[in-house]
Amino acid sequence: MTRELPLLDAQSISKFYGSRSGCEEISFQLFSGEVIAIVGESGSGKTTLLNCLSTRLMPTSGSIHYLGRDGVARNLYQMSEAERRFLMRTDWGFVHQNPSDGLRMAVSAGANVGERLMAVGERHYGSIRQTAQNWLERVEILADRIDDEPRTFSGGMRQRLQIARNLVTAPRLVFMDEPTGGLDVSVQARLLDLIKGLVNDLGLSIIIVTHDLAVARLLSDRIMVMKEGRVIEAGLTDCVLDDPQQPYTQLLVSSILKG
Amino acid sequence: MRAVSPFIISNLSKSFTMHLRGGLIIPVVERVNFSLEAGKCTVLGGPSGIGKSSILKMLYGNYKIDAGSALIKHGQEQVNIACVEPRKMLEIRKKTLGYVSQFLQTVPRISALDIVAEPLLQHGVTQKTAHERVKELFTLLNLPEKLWHLPPATFSGGEQQRVNIARGFITAHPVLLLDEPTASLDTKNRQVVVEMIEKKKQEGVALLGIFHDEDIRQSIADKIIDVSDFAPLDIVKGRSKNEDGQAA
Repeated sequence: MTRELPLLDAQSISKFYGSRSGCEEISFQLFSGEVIAIVGESGSGKTTLLNCLSTRLMPTSGSIHYLGRDGVARNLYQMSEAERRFLMRTDWGFVHQNPSDGLRMAVSAGANVGERLMAVGERHYGSIRQTAQNWLERVEILADRIDDEPRTFSGGMRQRLQIARNLVTAPRLVFMDEPTGGLDVSVQARLLDLIKGLVNDLGLSIIIVTHDLAVARLLSDRIMVMKEGRVIEAGLTDCVLDDPQQPYTQLLVSSILKG
Repeated sequence: MRAVSPFIISNLSKSFTMHLRGGLIIPVVERVNFSLEAGKCTVLGGPSGIGKSSILKMLYGNYKIDAGSALIKHGQEQVNIACVEPRKMLEIRKKTLGYVSQFLQTVPRISALDIVAEPLLQHGVTQKTAHERVKELFTLLNLPEKLWHLPPATFSGGEQQRVNIARGFITAHPVLLLDEPTASLDTKNRQVVVEMIEKKKQEGVALLGIFHDEDIRQSIADKIIDVSDFAPLDIVKGRSKNEDGQAA
């Protein structure tokens, strides 16, 4: 039996800003279909790590091998800028906390979704519009809003649109940075439900950064707890949250979950 | 060749270290030893607070195991739960080891039907077949049909527990852990669960459960393990001191 290769294999990722460290010596593997949550307080380095993993930021040292659709694992940091951009547009998604960072606010919802399709070579207007419409429905945006600009949408709708825009090209890996941050609790629940359903249906791999342990519990299989730039505890999500070993994780669990 | 036990638990120990309370160490269990048999139901007995649920959680990978081993037969291999990779644990939970907790984890907006069908869909069963099987189970468990398409968040305790049982029993896991699955059921539905457990036994499933109801325990247990035997020494010592004190 051949051993399955990880989709993403990060080795000793460190990022220094001058002498100050953003994240240090982080290694982990992500397999196809897995959802991994990176949790910790603000300033713990989780967003720095996410940006390094998604090559939006170049780390000071370390390597990441990503398994392409051709079955070959390549070091992301040795790829050309063009190759990385192509991955970003096709095989990856990035869901920002603030939808206006991931959407084009002045073009229609349909065009926001269609643009990613055109980036992968789709040219037929009718089929682009049809696919966009299907995706809007899938993220529960009414069909009659397809020609409206996202700036006329509520926060929850914008976030759902951002997800549709990311998923339309059938990516294999999606990075999410606090996707439910800044949303009302009821809107959050709906979005989480939607993400969970899509993960089950599409078999996506997700790396999600969140400070909300309830979000991590609901969405992720595995969790990494970060403090001062380092991963201090990692494991099965339910195990780390129900039986935390490190003092800091115990503090996080007792102060956030019972809120 | 002798059949390997589906689950062999040896010298399992566990304590909690409460860092927020000055590193206070709370021992839970020490040197737990037993093994499960296919087609038999083993019951964990002993007073509440003695660590029965903790043992189930350790075996399910939900609590860390400090020492000892828990060897589960997973397909052709034997895997030690005490030091298993998270990814492997997830695979074991999917294929080999089922768990029915006391409470249903409700997800807003997902119907009872879909909650119970989910594990089947993960095993590649079509939605139509999955829904048919769920409906059979719901009928068996006397869950009113008008509830099937509603999210269980608003159900009564007993109704939620029946949804939970259906979800735990619908798959064909060779090992099943049951944490008081009958606690909030009436007599009639308890009897249904007893019959469902009997059926699992006939199918060769190894069951390990906690049941506070004496009647249920009598009717399903093939072996009862007294968890008090695994109480940590200092707890035992503390107790005997107390008893001495009272006697004096």
